[in-house]
Amino acid sequence: MSGERSSTARGQILGAIRRAVKRDGTDAGSAVERRLAEHPEGPRVERARLPHEALVALFVEKVEAVQGSVARVDSPEALPEAVADYLKRHNLPTALRVAPDPALTDLPWQEKAPLLSVSAGRAEAADAVSLTGCFAGVAETGTLMLASGPEAPTTLNFLPETHLVVLRESDLVGPYEEAWRKLRAREGAEGPGGALPRTVNFVTGPSRTGDIEQKIQLGAHGPRRLHVLLVADGEG
Amino acid sequence: MQATSRNFKDNAHRALEDANLQKAMGFVRTGFIDKRKAAADALPEFEALRDAARDIKNHTLANLDRYLERYEAKATETGAQVHWCTTAEDARETILEICRSVGARTATKGKSMIAEEIGLNDFLERNGITPIETDLGEYIIQLRKEPPSHIIAPAVHVTQDQVEADFRSHHKALPADRSLAEPQQLVAEAREMLRQKYLDADVGITGANFLVAETGTSVIVTNEGNGDLTQILPKIHIVIASIEKVIPTLEDLGVILRVLARSATGQEMSAYTTLSTGPKRPDDPDGPEQYHVVILDNGRSAMLGTEYQEMLRCIRCGACMNHCPVYHAVGGHAYGWVYVGPMGAVLTPSLIGVDQAGHLPNASTFCGRCESVCPMRIPLPKMMRHWREREFERHLNPPAWRWGLKAWAFLARRPRLYQALTGLQVRLMGLAGRRRGRFASLPLAGGWTEHRDFPAPQGRTFQQLWAERKRAA
Ligand code: SF4
Repeated sequence: MSGERSSTARGQILGAIRRAVKRDGTDAGSAVERRLAEHPEGPRVERARLPHEALVALFVEKVEAVQGSVARVDSPEALPEAVADYLKRHNLPTALRVAPDPALTDLPWQEKAPLLSVSAGRAEAADAVSLTGCFAGVAETGTLMLASGPEAPTTLNFLPETHLVVLRESDLVGPYEEAWRKLRAREGAEGPGGALPRTVNFVTGPSRTGDIEQKIQLGAHGPRRLHVLLVADGEG
Repeated sequence: MQATSRNFKDNAHRALEDANLQKAMGFVRTGFIDKRKAAADALPEFEALRDAARDIKNHTLANLDRYLERYEAKATETGAQVHWCTTAEDARETILEICRSVGARTATKGKSMIAEEIGLNDFLERNGITPIETDLGEYIIQLRKEPPSHIIAPAVHVTQDQVEADFRSHHKALPADRSLAEPQQLVAEAREMLRQKYLDADVGITGANFLVAETGTSVIVTNEGNGDLTQILPKIHIVIASIEKVIPTLEDLGVILRVLARSATGQEMSAYTTLSTGPKRPDDPDGPEQYHVVILDNGRSAMLGTEYQEMLRCIRCGACMNHCPVYHAVGGHAYGWVYVGPMGAVLTPSLIGVDQAGHLPNASTFCGRCESVCPMRIPLPKMMRHWREREFERHLNPPAWRWGLKAWAFLARRPRLYQALTGLQVRLMGLAGRRRGRFASLPLAGGWTEHRDFPAPQGRTFQQLWAERKRAA
């Protein structure tokens, strides 16, 4: 039985480790507890400690450096047109699968982008284009941080060939340390019984592979195109 | 995976004569090295981050029992099912039981060197479950029925023409006259072939680059997105991770991620870094219903407290092999097991025994490039030397070699005789090789001269030159 095998193995493995690291019982593990409680930061990376406008510029530069694209959008109401524009420009299908998030589903789709057919929910195999929100953008490397939840299915980030991501400017952070802080501050993440979302995806550019003679090809299994709609929301 | 490390010499000989392999290895030489350097140079804090990454792992290894316990507690609290396994066999059985519990017929797989280490594919296959590799490189070598030849680019030994031929012979249902001349067409075809497989699989198996103790989270780092499709679509997600994958906190993860992709492929970040914590939550629209983590020892705890402990800092970036002249020359298969290049030369004897893999630590020129690029600052050459010493002590070297070293020791203790003999030899070789400046073959050194020339000496030994300079000064 695997339960029994597992608990025997657990005892053997932990016992072997304790003997090897010469655990003598005098140290109460305070260094471990301290590290877990204080989660100290590593060396300070300066690149992304910038005022807001410069941070936006760095983010755009980094996303483009990994073959993603960014469009700046003035307000959430302007999103449907920006989406329709992008799809038209790239000659992409007009059926859009949107994350079941009221901030996205309640946009004036009918009125502003009547040619798009918009449905909400997780992605199915046939969906070609998805639109999701985003928990944070990390300017240091042009990375999107997507956190799963009832309003944010993970399949939307991987199944469709084209992934459109709405990022509010106020959710843009500089270095990774700020991203961790933001993740910890998320409701329910800290404290006893607290948990991270089931899935947190850091996405840096579209899917790629170098497995054939080290030549980079986009769209290996995940999206071939990654487009960020960066929405001004009063920050900066 | 059946180890053939014992046959390193024969393997290496064959590799040097394999034209396809030599062509493919050319891309390693040119591909990875410049990109890593550019990425490292572009981040002023890179060296400080390497120090910090080393320190994080040293601290974790010194407290490995505690961090593993803490990881387990937190993972369990968030709904993960944690299984401990001491051996490869335990891990295989555990995974099979989980697969059987849902009557699984197929299992998709993300790239996992640990799964290779425990020979998971063959085992599942023998037990009626079809494993489907989804990483493009792994998919290619699964078609070819070959082991990986690189830890992050498992099909690095295969040329584009070979991939095309493999796809044509395996994807029989597709039109025979389709064009596959461009890499993009090959990638698109693999994408197409695997789509439905992701959706049909009952179980998805991935490795883990890290386990975060603080949050009970497993982390995978990929570029293709295959690992993510593998873990979010099936009912069950199984993670297989060895004990040294644990790190303390999210901040520590951030430090190590900053050196990982830069060292591996020269990217600042791989396209996808995914943190998984527990199974799908009640209100989540997707994700696996069960989330299992198999924690495997398989010889690692025995490395703790020995001169090989530092090897457990390895984050499997591949930089050491990308920069290794021996690896460039012979490729990964010559090493005879999952782990190749300098990290394999240290790790393989630790995990399968020096009697099986004693040749590997000798496959080094001690040029030191591996250590200079290792993001975790693992002293690889030093550890290879430890293995050589052990091997020598245990008399695992061939008799001719031991006799040679004894003869050298005899002479080295008799300086006059040594000088007389080496002076004579160098003079003779200098005369014989004067015309071309090098020897294409030398008696007693055929193993050396078969694939490279031996430079002809100038006619005097170092000691003679030294004495002359001293006299002149
Ligand atoms: S030994 Fe160092 S360079 Fe080699 S794979 Fe491990 S971490 Fe990377």
